[in-house]
Amino acid sequence: MKRSHFYLPLLFLLAVSSLVLALLSGSVPIPLTELWAVVTGSNQGLSQSLILELRLPRALGAFATGGLLSLAGALMQVLVRNPLADPYVLGISGGAAVAALLAMLFGLGSVWLSGSAFAGALFAMLLVFGLARGRGSWTPTRLLLTGVVLAAGWGALISFILATSPEANIRGMLFWLMGDLGYVQAPLPALLVLLFGLVACWPLGRDLNVLIRGELQAGALGINSGRLQIILFLLASLLTATAVVQAGSIGFVGLVIPHIMRLMGFTDHRLLLPAAALAGGSLLVLADTLARTVLAPQQLPVGIITALLGVPLFLYLLRREVSAR
Amino acid sequence: MMSPLLSAQDLTIQIGDRLVCRNASFEFRQGECWGILGVNGAGKTTLLHTLAGLRAPEKGEISLNGAPLSRLSRRQIARQLGLMPQDTPDPFPANVLDTALIGRHPHLSRWQWESAADIERARTALTQVELAGFEQRSVTTLSGGERRRLALASLLVQAPGLLLLDEPTNHLDLRHQQHLLRLLRQQAQDGAGIVMVLHDINHVVRYCDHVLLLFDKGEICQGLQNEILNAEVLSRLYDHPVIEIALEQQRFFASA
Repeated sequence: MKRSHFYLPLLFLLAVSSLVLALLSGSVPIPLTELWAVVTGSNQGLSQSLILELRLPRALGAFATGGLLSLAGALMQVLVRNPLADPYVLGISGGAAVAALLAMLFGLGSVWLSGSAFAGALFAMLLVFGLARGRGSWTPTRLLLTGVVLAAGWGALISFILATSPEANIRGMLFWLMGDLGYVQAPLPALLVLLFGLVACWPLGRDLNVLIRGELQAGALGINSGRLQIILFLLASLLTATAVVQAGSIGFVGLVIPHIMRLMGFTDHRLLLPAAALAGGSLLVLADTLARTVLAPQQLPVGIITALLGVPLFLYLLRREVSAR
Repeated sequence: MMSPLLSAQDLTIQIGDRLVCRNASFEFRQGECWGILGVNGAGKTTLLHTLAGLRAPEKGEISLNGAPLSRLSRRQIARQLGLMPQDTPDPFPANVLDTALIGRHPHLSRWQWESAADIERARTALTQVELAGFEQRSVTTLSGGERRRLALASLLVQAPGLLLLDEPTNHLDLRHQQHLLRLLRQQAQDGAGIVMVLHDINHVVRYCDHVLLLFDKGEICQGLQNEILNAEVLSRLYDHPVIEIALEQQRFFASA
């Protein structure tokens, strides 16, 4: 029995408890008994509207976003066959952010904002793969380099938009850039996309186990790697775009969660992908809960917390891995 | 006589303006052990990849067990033909047992998980390449030679009828080189076809019964090893004087 089999139910428990914790904590703490009363329908007061209308959508939105980013990160790492890839590093979040900021600059409504962020993410992804491909076939290293350079370009564009924007817009824009779950209203579409992503890539798990060893090995073991990589590319784009629309650009989750899962012993993608989705969702729910409560009533951008939680956790696991050798 | 495992008809392979072979026809049969020799950049790897169906030939047809390669799916090919590439990158952590198990991939359906029998196969293969006891080690901690043996274990787990190996003895020490070549010859005696790119002529003399030499300008020379290999041919192949030495009833070749 592998260690990772034992961790999967634990991650599921973590996900559930992070959601419960998110429902209970906030500027008005709600005791567990009252949450139970709301669940069974016997409480119809303030707590009910607080939980069902404010905290639940936000917690579910956070979960979906974290899950989407982790899953997208895990898929992109296979696609590029480099542990450094994630939506943020490859400039996908950057492209989405530029499109969203432009929409804000022109005073477009939230539907347009979402739409343009989605289009921006897809455009950024196409740009990375189009440019990296050039005339020949692309190599993973070239893909990663192209992404990193484009991400820097998107960063410059973002700074340019910020520098030339009216003062009143800047705070909203900054929050959006650092990732903010405060605008989540309907988490259902994102949750459905996450579910779709998991269902779609789960049967590909063993193929991914082979593909990480290179296109040659994959081909020799009977995988049509061209087709598989197009599927991965489309899935990763869809997942990233959905996450960015939900919460802006939250870095780090997509990079770090798949790694933490690998360090925990999830090396088989059939287990790694659901584990990453569960862990990424939980991390973002916990981070968002902290972001809402640490300096309450003031709210922090959740991106700050994911980095503050993720960096030490990641470094600890990395050190432990090294010393175990 | 049984039909060949793989046959090439009128095969032309070209990379850029370098001709690897022109209008070449050859056959690999069960029980045969082939050595491919040629200078650096002669196209030995490209030839193997073309035979494995990983790239299309410029001209000609390749058949695998009588069926045209171009009409077989990648999966159908992988069940009959395996390739040990020149190097096997592993950018992500995985343990030795799981890495050996990926050889089962073409034999399992999409929803199937590796069974106890598959794991047993992988353990047997690891024992064959002298990696027993390494099952739970991370591949990133292995030495170059150990990785090479692990790649062979994956190929043995895949258990194809025809094994193509690209410089299988790279990184191996003297004892493990002999062990690996003996293991491959044993596979041939058990009915598999072995085709390997080698750099050590004496390995070819000792372990291969057939040779395929890649000269420049697309000329190839093929046939029985003991009929084809001699100092003159090898000197021309490598554009460097080669001499033949007889020692204890065995032929050896060395650079003059």
